[in-house]
Amino acid sequence: MSAVTVQPGAAQPGASGTGASPTGITLARAVVKSWKAPIALGVFAILSLVLFWGFGRDGVSMFQLSTSSDAIQLPDLQLPTKLTGVVVPIILVLITLWSFVLVYRARKVPLWLVSLYAALFMVVFLAWASAGDSLPVPGLLVGTIVLSAPLIFGALGGVICERGGVVNIAIEGQLLAGAFVASLIGSVTHSAYAGLAGAMIAGMLVSFVLAAFSIKYFVDQIIIGVVLNVLVAGLTSFLYSTVLSPGGAALNSPPQFPRINIPVLSEIPILGPVLFRQTIIIYIMYVTVAAVYFGLFHTGWGLRLRSTGEHPQAADTVGINVNRTRFWNVSLAGVIAGMGGAFYTLTSVGAFNKEMTNGAGFIALAAVIFGGWKPLQATLAALLFGFASNLQNVLGVMGSPVPSEFMLMLPYIVTIFAVAGLVGKVRMPAADGKPYIKS
Amino acid sequence: MSDDQIPARGAEPEAAEPPEPGQTPAVGDERDTGSPSRFSGVLREIATGGAAISVFAVVLAMVAGAVLIALTDDNVKTAAGYFFSRPADTFSAIWTSVSGAYTSLFQGSIYNFRRPDFLDGIRPFIATLTFATPLIAAGLGVSIGFRAGLFNIGGRGQMLVAAALAGWVGFSFDLPAGVHLVVALVAGMAGAALWSGIAGLLRARTGAHEVITTIMLNYVAFYFISYLLRGQGLLQAPGSNNPKSPAMKPTAIFPALLGPRYDLTIGFLLVIAATIFTWWLLNRSNLGFQFRALGENPSAARVAGINVKNMYVYVMLISGALVGLAGANQVQGVITTGFTSGIDAGIGFDAITVALLGRSRPWGVFAAGILFGAFKAGGFSMQAAEGIPIDIVLVVQSLIVLFIAAPPLVRAVFRLPKPALVTRVKTTRIQGKKAVVTK
Repeated sequence: MSAVTVQPGAAQPGASGTGASPTGITLARAVVKSWKAPIALGVFAILSLVLFWGFGRDGVSMFQLSTSSDAIQLPDLQLPTKLTGVVVPIILVLITLWSFVLVYRARKVPLWLVSLYAALFMVVFLAWASAGDSLPVPGLLVGTIVLSAPLIFGALGGVICERGGVVNIAIEGQLLAGAFVASLIGSVTHSAYAGLAGAMIAGMLVSFVLAAFSIKYFVDQIIIGVVLNVLVAGLTSFLYSTVLSPGGAALNSPPQFPRINIPVLSEIPILGPVLFRQTIIIYIMYVTVAAVYFGLFHTGWGLRLRSTGEHPQAADTVGINVNRTRFWNVSLAGVIAGMGGAFYTLTSVGAFNKEMTNGAGFIALAAVIFGGWKPLQATLAALLFGFASNLQNVLGVMGSPVPSEFMLMLPYIVTIFAVAGLVGKVRMPAADGKPYIKS
Repeated sequence: MSDDQIPARGAEPEAAEPPEPGQTPAVGDERDTGSPSRFSGVLREIATGGAAISVFAVVLAMVAGAVLIALTDDNVKTAAGYFFSRPADTFSAIWTSVSGAYTSLFQGSIYNFRRPDFLDGIRPFIATLTFATPLIAAGLGVSIGFRAGLFNIGGRGQMLVAAALAGWVGFSFDLPAGVHLVVALVAGMAGAALWSGIAGLLRARTGAHEVITTIMLNYVAFYFISYLLRGQGLLQAPGSNNPKSPAMKPTAIFPALLGPRYDLTIGFLLVIAATIFTWWLLNRSNLGFQFRALGENPSAARVAGINVKNMYVYVMLISGALVGLAGANQVQGVITTGFTSGIDAGIGFDAITVALLGRSRPWGVFAAGILFGAFKAGGFSMQAAEGIPIDIVLVVQSLIVLFIAAPPLVRAVFRLPKPALVTRVKTTRIQGKKAVVTK
């Protein structure tokens, strides 16, 4: 898919003129053309032409931008469905052509262009799907945050773990353990905060096992991760059947975190209700995202952590205790993922159920890789997955023309495209998954 | 830390590797003179070999399961309430609950002594083989991936595709008896191979990691099959509202192997054939050699002239076909009355633990599959007879794999001696070191 052509670089007058330089090497410049992005855009452009031209729908699509409780009311945005469906795909095709031209001239397709493309595609799709109906945009986005929160916590845990050189497949297990313990401890103590603390400890315990086996016994980290997921799923399901469900309300009805409206910020149109009318656990999430980003790239802790994941020998040489650094950071990752689990039982669902995380840990893992092992990008990827699954919920209520299964499939197909087409060349931490055996 | 522990820790991870060539003869001499005693050497070998570790791991996991069963048993809880006045009651309650559970596990999986004659008594063992059939097939598929360094987590999706295709051929065509069966089987295996091949192709062409793509393909397959099962004229049984397919035609169903008295079908013979094929492929064929070379060291494999990219595709195709055998077996041998989107029954994930337990060796996988089949068969009877949730089986299975993956842990728990060769080499090393120190 990518072609490398080597062109002779511009002749350097000083070097070749007098023969003074003994080497006399003219540097060749390698031109790398990656056709992945244009091809991916082209696929979606063709898809949009087929869908919106071939199956155009009549009517007017209304986008509700405000909720009834907002101080500042924005008018509804109205788009004529047919016209939107005709015009926007043309723009998409033009962007695709431009991206082909850019690559042909050996330039990269800029990220803003891809983002614009994605936004336009989303608008035309939403307009098409909600023809003759009104789409509550704040509701769509609030649901996105709710569905993304566990994914974001899980992805942040994964980023920390893998940046330190330990592959974390056990995110699913950490989420599930967190959800279980949060429900149990929250119900027993009648305190959501105690439940949250319990979830953090539960996530850490799962991490301890991962760390002990992978760092002390040098067992393959992917194997331990997979097995831990099964172990936690079995253990929580077993205890749910034998302890939680016979105990009934006493053991599985944890108190819920109350919603907190941040005074001024929550009145910002669209963003206010979405970001600032949430429970404390979401605010903790914002802080965690920022802290992990800042910590990883701007503190000594982050530098040490990344060095153990990239080149443990070098880290050891400068006096970092590689295995201890790894052990405690894997534990920290478990704490963060455990909070994501608590979100299920203390905010979004309300009680523990067998295997209630339902593969969220694997989606979080996909977000880690999709985000290129970077905290902010991984968070965005998690938001994208949350958005796609919530979109299905919203459109399902509205009676969308697309079968709900295809909407549910969308995030996974997008991930495959993204992993294959857009981030295929992203480099994982060099020592990720390799135990450090000091010789 | 004492002086002689330091080299011991260093030598531990090398337990499986041959000792350094220079020191081997010395060890041989020492053994020939039989300095301690020949008998203890034999004992030591039995106690430290791979088989012993596996047996002890199973024992340890069963003990952990027993602890869980005892802790959650109601009678034990009641008796523990007055533990200090009558401690014997607690112990007898623990004994009753644990022995009852494991007796029913045994009677549900190996032999039922309550039945009058042998043919009835052996029925549980035949059920074990029936449960083991798909586990072995899928486990072989996963293990081929492991041997080539690829991790196929896509068993669920591949089984669903195989079941859908085999099922579709099985209920919608009219073919002669033998041909129909084969065509359905081949269709299922080919479908699963292609589905898995997508991940291989993406890995080969774009570098997309197969762990991510196979997980994503699982979800895509699940939602796609769910959609097909929901639509009249697709896979749904005519005139039905349930998301379920029509029953298989009798010509496409695997015939019973041991007569109508037992559930075992010729699927088990196919699985034995598949095990032999996998053994031949990995150990005797040119292609298998290339797979293993790829798994050992991809860079070296490429330098040696192996077409690594093509190998990725071939590995995933063959791995998918074997998982597809499990999927086809589900609709042609196990549930022949029409399938739902839960036809995979979690076998795709169980297969990973089976492959791990079998250490990715074909006959090891075969044995591990039978062990897990026994747990499954026994687990159901334990649930029915003793009211212990079958999830305990998941816990025990994952603990077994955890313990087997970390031999040093099992050795520490049972205070087993370290493998003989390494220990003796170590003693000579220690002596050498001490000599240096005293100088």
